[in-house]
Amino acid sequence: MSELLRRYGHTLTWLFVGLTAFWLLLLVILPQLYLLEESFRLYLPVADIGGPKDVYTLANYRSAFEQPTEWKFWLPFAWKPIILPFEAPIRMQVFVHTLLYSTVTTVITLVLCYPVAFYLAKVANPRNVPLLFVGLLVPMWVSEILRAFAWFIILAFKGPLNMALVNMGIIDTPIRWITGFNSVTFGLIYVYLLFMLLPIYNAIQSLDTNQMEAAKDLGASSWRTHWRVIIPHSKPGIASGCVMVFMLAAGSILVPSLLASTQSRWFTEIIQQAMFESQDWNTGSAYAFMLLVTCTVFVIGMMRVFRVKLSDIAR
Amino acid sequence: MSAGVDLQNVSCDFGKFRAVDKANVSIKPGEFFSFLGPSGCGKTTILRMVSGFIDPSEGQIKIGGQDMNGIRPNKRPTALIFQNLALFPLMPVWENISFGLEVRGASKEARRAKAEELLKLVDLHDSADKAISQLSGGQKQRVAIARALAVEPSVMLLDEPLSALDLKLRQHMRAELRAIQKRTNVTFIYITHDQGEALAMSDRVAVMSQGKIQQISTPQEIYNTPVNGFVASFVGENNIFKGKVKSIDGGKCAFETDAGTFTATLGPSVDANTIARLYVRPEYSRLQAAPAEGGNSIPVTVTDISFEGNFIHVHAADQTGRHVTVETRNDGSVTLPAIGSSQYLCFDAATARVLADQGMKDPSIDE
Repeated sequence: MSELLRRYGHTLTWLFVGLTAFWLLLLVILPQLYLLEESFRLYLPVADIGGPKDVYTLANYRSAFEQPTEWKFWLPFAWKPIILPFEAPIRMQVFVHTLLYSTVTTVITLVLCYPVAFYLAKVANPRNVPLLFVGLLVPMWVSEILRAFAWFIILAFKGPLNMALVNMGIIDTPIRWITGFNSVTFGLIYVYLLFMLLPIYNAIQSLDTNQMEAAKDLGASSWRTHWRVIIPHSKPGIASGCVMVFMLAAGSILVPSLLASTQSRWFTEIIQQAMFESQDWNTGSAYAFMLLVTCTVFVIGMMRVFRVKLSDIAR
Repeated sequence: MSAGVDLQNVSCDFGKFRAVDKANVSIKPGEFFSFLGPSGCGKTTILRMVSGFIDPSEGQIKIGGQDMNGIRPNKRPTALIFQNLALFPLMPVWENISFGLEVRGASKEARRAKAEELLKLVDLHDSADKAISQLSGGQKQRVAIARALAVEPSVMLLDEPLSALDLKLRQHMRAELRAIQKRTNVTFIYITHDQGEALAMSDRVAVMSQGKIQQISTPQEIYNTPVNGFVASFVGENNIFKGKVKSIDGGKCAFETDAGTFTATLGPSVDANTIARLYVRPEYSRLQAAPAEGGNSIPVTVTDISFEGNFIHVHAADQTGRHVTVETRNDGSVTLPAIGSSQYLCFDAATARVLADQGMKDPSIDE
């Protein structure tokens, strides 16, 4: 603080601190606290608010575990759901699918991005890297909704992909791409690819190339050099990429609303439905907090499993 | 176990730049061989070609008689010690050392035992479980050596591994490296720009300049009988006189300079038409009050005396302003000339050599 005062003087320092505080308190913390409080109260007619019925309760949270129905479970890459031999609450089914396909998205994005990041950081001629990056960034100049919509058009039953495949004779009849979670996963991967690529690229780039050569020189194959030297070094980058992609995917609303089929719903859609279609902010915020807390716990659990510290990610 | 290395007409081009030009060397099994030269002379390129990270543009590299063409670094019987050591910071010391064995599928017990054994060899007991960041510069050095030795290489390649250490440690590690080499009898190929290191450790030295090997010989011969001006001036100090060969008489010649005509030993492939200079080492030069009878002598004025402990350097200037140095051993009985006094710089024909300017980066280098 005194450092700031010395460098910028009183006026600017208080302006910076004030604006940051305004943003953090009024635009982030306060609305969250409001929603948290709302989530423990019932959705009541205006006349009853503040009355005897207006009590703190877990009913909104409990509602997520109600309405058991037959579970049509979508396995990754499946074109048909399997009917599970037990019933489960409808919202929990969506919740589990959301977490599962956010994980699938994260894993596939990681598998796609690691080789590209490695290529950019260590293999490509450094003179060409800026150009390659421009190539990767240009699609990101278009807004997320347009990018998702573009895939909706490409993947449509009578869309260009099917037309091309049929005309080339690769398939006989058009494929219904927008089925189950395939198209959602695809869209999420495309939209959040760079959030994985950039941290991994940064991490690999900071590795001393001599270490890779040392491993080679000692007899290691490329595979083992990656496994023992490059991946351990880039673990913080991989971890922050995974956390970002997972959180963004689980919280995404645009991509699932455009690319999901009627049978594959995303949990954010349930929240949106509660808040904007039923005007039930209490239930909506309860679901939102459930998603937030579960995702956070899930991420912390994964970080434990892969022995990543929070300080590694923040680096 | 150790193998010889043969470079036959090996060249390496980077685009239009020729980093190594037709190198021919035959390194014997169990030899400590150094490539000595200034930065950019191509010595590191040679090392990287032997280890397999760069392919030669032409020529052949043989290790233990086997052609290495097309064999990747991980399949070569070499181990490289990098200038910055390139230890794996995320592995403890013992895993670093046994990495090469892990790659070869050795069991954990075998790896651990080998690591302990090598730590003893390099004099680093009880450090197996330490992190790399806990080690000092000298200790890291030893771990790097142990890691390279663990794969039982036939040839060990060292890329200026001592350059990051301080002087005292560097001198200690020189002796240590030499001792480890003798103990293990592995062929060592050592890259350095430090003539002291090369001379002190090596069985033989190749002096390089501008991608070409200038001379391959024992340290004594490199120092005492350099083949050209580059080798003479890169290895050790000299008093240098520019001039022309006047007449040749057997191995001796008369060499005419602006400071007078001297008799000197004729270097290899020098004749009356060669651009050449006369080189005489400071320790073979002496100062006298009177000119030497029938020998080489020039009048000089003493400008400065620097006392180094075991040696005394007397700096002087001749009439043209040329700076010359005389080195005297401090045996306790020397009487030093006064600064500003007039003396004669004398040297014998046997210790003065006339050498061609060949190998010089810039032939018009200061005298």
